[in-house]
Amino acid sequence: MLRRTRILLATVAFVMVTLLFLDLTGTMRHSFGWMAKIQFLPALLAMNLVIVVALLLLTLVFGRIYCSVVCPLGVMQDLMARFNRKKNKYSYSKTKKWLRYGVMGVFIIALIAGVGSLVALLAPYSSFGRIANNLFRPLYEFANNALASYSASHDSYTFSSTDIWVRSLPTFIIAAVTFVVLFVLAYRNGRTYCNTICPVGTFLSLFARFSWLRVKIDADKCIKCGKCARGCKASCIDFKNYSIDYSRCVVCGNCIDKCDKKHAISYGPVKLTAKAETQEKEEQVDTSRRSFLMATAMATTAAVLAQEKKKVDGGLAEIEDKAVVERNTPITPPGSISASNMAKHCTACQLCVSACPNDVLRPSSGLLTLMQPTMSYERGYCRPECNECSSVCPAGAIRPITLDVKSSTQIGHAVWVKKNCIPVVDGVECGNCERHCPVGAISMVLLDENDELSPLVPAVNESRCIGCGACENLCPARPFSAIYVEGHEVHKQV
Amino acid sequence: MSRKINRRNFLKIFGGGVVATSATLTACTGKGNKTTASDQEPPKDKMVYRTNPNSGDRVSLLGYGMMRLPVVGGSERDNPNADIDQEMVNRQVDYAIEHGVNYFDTSPAYCRGKSEEATGIALHRHPRDKYFVATKLSNFSPETWKLEASQEMFENSLKYLQVDYIDYLLLHAIGGSGMDEFNRRFMDNGLLDWLVEQKEKGRIRNLGFSYHGAVSVFDQLLQWHDEGRYHWDFVQIELNYLDWNLANEINSSNTDAVYLYGELSNRGIPSVIMEPLLGGRLAKVPDYIASRFKARRPEDSVAKWAFRFAGTPEKVLTVLSGMTYMEHLKENISTYSPLEPITEEENNLLMAIADDIFNLKTIPCNECNYCMPCPYGINIPAIFSHYNKCIKEGLLPDDKQDPDYKKQRRAFLVGYDRSVPRLRQASHCIGCGQCSPHCPQSIDIPREMHKVDVLVENLKRNGKIKDVEE
Repeated sequence: MLRRTRILLATVAFVMVTLLFLDLTGTMRHSFGWMAKIQFLPALLAMNLVIVVALLLLTLVFGRIYCSVVCPLGVMQDLMARFNRKKNKYSYSKTKKWLRYGVMGVFIIALIAGVGSLVALLAPYSSFGRIANNLFRPLYEFANNALASYSASHDSYTFSSTDIWVRSLPTFIIAAVTFVVLFVLAYRNGRTYCNTICPVGTFLSLFARFSWLRVKIDADKCIKCGKCARGCKASCIDFKNYSIDYSRCVVCGNCIDKCDKKHAISYGPVKLTAKAETQEKEEQVDTSRRSFLMATAMATTAAVLAQEKKKVDGGLAEIEDKAVVERNTPITPPGSISASNMAKHCTACQLCVSACPNDVLRPSSGLLTLMQPTMSYERGYCRPECNECSSVCPAGAIRPITLDVKSSTQIGHAVWVKKNCIPVVDGVECGNCERHCPVGAISMVLLDENDELSPLVPAVNESRCIGCGACENLCPARPFSAIYVEGHEVHKQV
Repeated sequence: MSRKINRRNFLKIFGGGVVATSATLTACTGKGNKTTASDQEPPKDKMVYRTNPNSGDRVSLLGYGMMRLPVVGGSERDNPNADIDQEMVNRQVDYAIEHGVNYFDTSPAYCRGKSEEATGIALHRHPRDKYFVATKLSNFSPETWKLEASQEMFENSLKYLQVDYIDYLLLHAIGGSGMDEFNRRFMDNGLLDWLVEQKEKGRIRNLGFSYHGAVSVFDQLLQWHDEGRYHWDFVQIELNYLDWNLANEINSSNTDAVYLYGELSNRGIPSVIMEPLLGGRLAKVPDYIASRFKARRPEDSVAKWAFRFAGTPEKVLTVLSGMTYMEHLKENISTYSPLEPITEEENNLLMAIADDIFNLKTIPCNECNYCMPCPYGINIPAIFSHYNKCIKEGLLPDDKQDPDYKKQRRAFLVGYDRSVPRLRQASHCIGCGQCSPHCPQSIDIPREMHKVDVLVENLKRNGKIKDVEE
């Protein structure tokens, strides 16, 4: 009964969270967005006390069912373990306290010191997000594109195709390695990760050991067959001593099913009442954390599109890909308030990266902000009708922002690079940046005010520019645009 | 310029067909009810021929335009950078010649400069007296304005076409940029005089020009003809039921075909017809227009009406069609084997339909690709084609109150991404205007591009309901 209920709830929850990461239509968040917001670490970082307290109370009552139902990484490991068809594959082992508390200690220190990359590496929901975004999503997109080409051939507009691309190689590699390691661990020993490395698991275990409802062995009925221990993925049943390590038990109910003939194991209220202290973990983050300055200035080799002379008709000119610009100050999305707010709250779960319909957000490669979102405009720009990332973020790193506020929030400002500008280099009229600026921050002016025949080039009114990147994305100069956006460490209102 | 075609004019221009019609009807008597497979296959010996009064050439009413040749993997539109499918070209040319087509029209500029060679390979497999080959002096680029460069272009045409003489040589696309450019291309460098010399030497059999755009240049060249300064053996003009009366209304820098044809036939200069279908636009009409055609002649395709119209005027020497696919070729051969001329009543219908098509306000792009390649990679014809398609299907999402707005919006945007890759869409048009002078329809391409771009931008912005959770 417990097992079946658990599997049912876990399946539903897992599908919902996963769809959140796979969604290509921007609609899932309306129905399932809350699934991300009830994840423990994001809720903690978002200072969402109601959810944090609720999760702790849940653990105090039921034990670590969070790990069995809510946490997508936990459920994923259960799925991985199913690949191992062997019965009775597990056995009891002693808890590795030094490793558990050691990792949690490192994690808490990293959290306080603001080493976002380490936090993101250890946090379970983030790991799942990366795997979903980097490994599952491309498969989903591939299937979508196949459907899109099928629907195109049938004159239907139900599916539209999407670009599949690796947004950040380091993040992809980390996701892939995490996936393989987890698979090996889960295949061989079940929930090893959850009971040795996962800081959330360790933290919840502090409360779970005092839970009201728990799995108990009835010594009178037990015949010490050991089936329960061999079926326990948490390796927490010491059947010889009729004892269960509640800090590691994730209340999966497998042992109860294994013991179905003897009914020696049951789930129910504990007799002795343990006093539980729900200590709120105060979060202290070093606010003075400096933003990571990229030393390298923009390498603007004026490799502008080589123009072919037209003599014959037809054909398409080659279009060179835009190069990724290294910005002195990275750009963070509207709603993130500042680089430090982003660093403080982001768990690098990649949900915003998955949600971005314009191919703007991608995981950062900076050491301290590794895997946290950053913006770049080679493939698209931050379009005025979109606030998807702000509405999916569960951790308060990107706060909800209305489109009106977004359109007046400066996340950066455009910088003109004369040596790349087409009217200067090719001597043709352009003005594509001016034409597409959504806030009218660009006007075309004479390159030489005393020469009426000199080319018209863009002049940026920095006080109006919001840093959306329309100009950079639509600039015809390639591979480096003649106008690009520098981020602002702290966002401000125009 | 006469706007309306009255009955007398109609009989003058279209009258010759009546005899042919009755002849056809007689020939068909008694066989009308039989439908066999052979009815689908065009006859080999029924092609209509028109005689060129200048050279006595008997030219097939259907001419093969070598501008939209098949490429490996289908049409050029879907694979703009693909190579020409020579095997298919050979097959289609063989079939055309076998069914009486003897006029082949190419240019050094067509198909990214590969058309002449492909045409030469296909035609060289047939006896030289079985076909007339037409090519052009496509000296658009200022680099080719020097006499030597243009001469080289002509010599190359002979080489690629594998012939010693050109049957019909055209000064390519005259009129668009006015008399100044004409002078720079043909007069200041002495090129026209050199071409006249070549004609005297027999290396060119007929000398003419293809005309688009400002009427002043057309009038000037005909005045030279009247004065005896230059003799035009033929002139190539755009003629179809839309451009007959409306070319000038669609674009003020173009000239109605009724005037062009009238001026030429008054002088006895045969007309070669281009754009009988407006690049296929007259074959792809909105459903309600198609059904009006079908109501009148249920078994005829929409395209057939346009070809019958273009072939009906008597002084038309040949009607060029850029036939990419075998089925186009077969259908066009059938249309002219023999021709059933447009009747006066049918003509009234066509003129009424022309008004309707004009009122659709599509962008008059015929996908000729003269504007291509855009140096910044924009796929100009594909963008216009998507826009026009949505207008013709009545799917242009222009009214937010329309209950179908959401559906139309999605269809437009998804369809746009499907037909044009994002990087080649209108938002990337910088408005440099290098394309516009090449456009035979004198479309202000950057302006139309920006129009499409603004539409797309509005559709994108209007798609989302402003919402924020919490």
